[in-house]
Amino acid sequence: MDFLEWAKSPWGQNVPIHIAWFLIWVAVISGFLFFIVHAAYLRFFAKPKEFASSGSPLIAARIPEHVPRHSLTARLFHWIMAASMFTLLFTAFLPKVGFRFDWVTYHWIAGSVLTVSILFHIIHASFFMDFWSIWPDKIDIRDAGRRVLRFMGRPAPPPDKFAKYPLENKLYHGAIIAAGLSAIVTGVFMMFRVRTIFFPRNPYLFGDMTWGLMYVLHGLAGVGLIALIMVHVYFGLRPEKRAITKSMIFGWMSRDFYLKEHDPQRWPVESPTSSPASKGEAPEGLRDAG
Amino acid sequence: MAVIRDVMPAFELLQPSSIADAQELLEQQGRDGWVLAGGMDSFDWLKDRIKKPKVVVDLSGIAELKGIRTTADGIEIGAMTTLTEVVQHPSIKGKYKLLAESAELVASPQIRNQGTIGGNVSQDARCWYYRAGWPCYRAGGNICYADTPEGRNREHAILHAERCVAVNPSDTAPALIALDAKFVIRTHKVERVIDAEDYFIGPDIDITSLHILQPGDLLTAIRIPSTWAGAQFYFEKVRDRNVWDFPLLNVASAMVVSNGGIERIRIAVNGAAARPLRLKAVEDAVRGKPANAATGEMAGKLAVQGAVALQFNAYKIPLMRNLVKRAIGGVEEAVWTS
Repeated sequence: MDFLEWAKSPWGQNVPIHIAWFLIWVAVISGFLFFIVHAAYLRFFAKPKEFASSGSPLIAARIPEHVPRHSLTARLFHWIMAASMFTLLFTAFLPKVGFRFDWVTYHWIAGSVLTVSILFHIIHASFFMDFWSIWPDKIDIRDAGRRVLRFMGRPAPPPDKFAKYPLENKLYHGAIIAAGLSAIVTGVFMMFRVRTIFFPRNPYLFGDMTWGLMYVLHGLAGVGLIALIMVHVYFGLRPEKRAITKSMIFGWMSRDFYLKEHDPQRWPVESPTSSPASKGEAPEGLRDAG
Repeated sequence: MAVIRDVMPAFELLQPSSIADAQELLEQQGRDGWVLAGGMDSFDWLKDRIKKPKVVVDLSGIAELKGIRTTADGIEIGAMTTLTEVVQHPSIKGKYKLLAESAELVASPQIRNQGTIGGNVSQDARCWYYRAGWPCYRAGGNICYADTPEGRNREHAILHAERCVAVNPSDTAPALIALDAKFVIRTHKVERVIDAEDYFIGPDIDITSLHILQPGDLLTAIRIPSTWAGAQFYFEKVRDRNVWDFPLLNVASAMVVSNGGIERIRIAVNGAAARPLRLKAVEDAVRGKPANAATGEMAGKLAVQGAVALQFNAYKIPLMRNLVKRAIGGVEEAVWTS
């Protein structure tokens, strides 16, 4: 079974031309298998979450009813990125499974929107947000070890509550970075092979082998994104994650959910004297987010 | 150019005797099945060993697919009817001369004796990079060798190029579009009838096919309504060798003129894009105007709007402009402009 499709170039060289398209179905089936296994695990085997005690009642008392989580800018970025990502996936893979339509133009336009939004996100996250909040820290690594030991029934202290993002969320973000940037960088070069408004076509930009590897990497990133996006949507719809999903719409999460899952010392949120946060609108000083 | 070899690769030959059997066999074989009509396109592919189907379904034994029948609203031509039969049929020569003229200009007499109308409209692109077996977009690859600075693209597209720049080589296709023909397609247990212009697709829709047929589908007949019977027709084909060649460009028009003005018109060109193009904007623009050189001039300019020349086919733009001009204004009145 070949995972790549190969062809003989006019110069007799064997070059990869793209991934084998059955990998689309591998990604889709993997996504569904993950849903089934994860849902079954939570339903039948998972124990209730246990966290180490965090913070004093005094700190908890200062937490507002609505805890700001995602600024309007961050939410707009997220939904623009989601729209362009879905457009990219549908325009890329529907034609491969038999739906015929004029997909190339929509694909590169959506890719351009995604590229611009990602560039914006990198700048926004680097200079206007808590950049390190999405990267695993020492406590995450230590707690991951503790959670594994407890899962295996071995003695270990309970993990701390999460900072702004649980470790799984951070790892998912890392996977999206790898797949997304691979698709974007290769996609930008591939735009030299079609007619766009950005630059003149130049099919000789690279040799056949480099072009082939670029198409392969683009394809692998694409099918990887199918599975990743399926998993993302699945978690977004799960009942226990609903507070997080709602926060990506309204910008805040409830005080109860915050205190149940998050450590105020790792993700400090303070209540202002007069709290607009309690009315659902986060004051500028409290806006964080990602 | 690929070297033509003596022996084709081995394949299983199936020879159904009815449309239903053929459709079922094609359905069973899916992408492994190859439809053989007259063989004029197929044998190139097979003898060049570029396409290596596991199963060939030969339609030559299906009587239902052959012949020309008069219907309540025009005529129906079986997909396996030879081009010679189309050319010589009295009803076509009398009422739908446009089709007879276009079919008569296909290749050579020998090829027209063997080639079929269904095969002519369903034949594959003639781009030599593709026919030579290079891994281009149309062959499932990721490049168009013709659309490169050194690519030999004299015969290629000036309109609607989308990654692949190959053109549709059919002569009868624009004539059928001008006659408002309907194509009858047998799919899985369903018969679909579609407009001729919708039978053809460009690379934007599917870069590996020139028509809408999917594996398992079968073109069974072409129906020509009487709407345009006896209209004023024009067909012109420009090719490198007048004795036997594919078109560089061709144009077909059907026009009804009354009181000196164009009452109704349908016009199509082929060889300009990956699918024959019906020129709707031209039809709308000339309707009601006199069928003279001035109207033809205006129509020609309109027809080539948006055309983009490749390295070696800029000549096609004035060629198409002049063909459209002649189709509307007439050969005597029009003056060639470069």
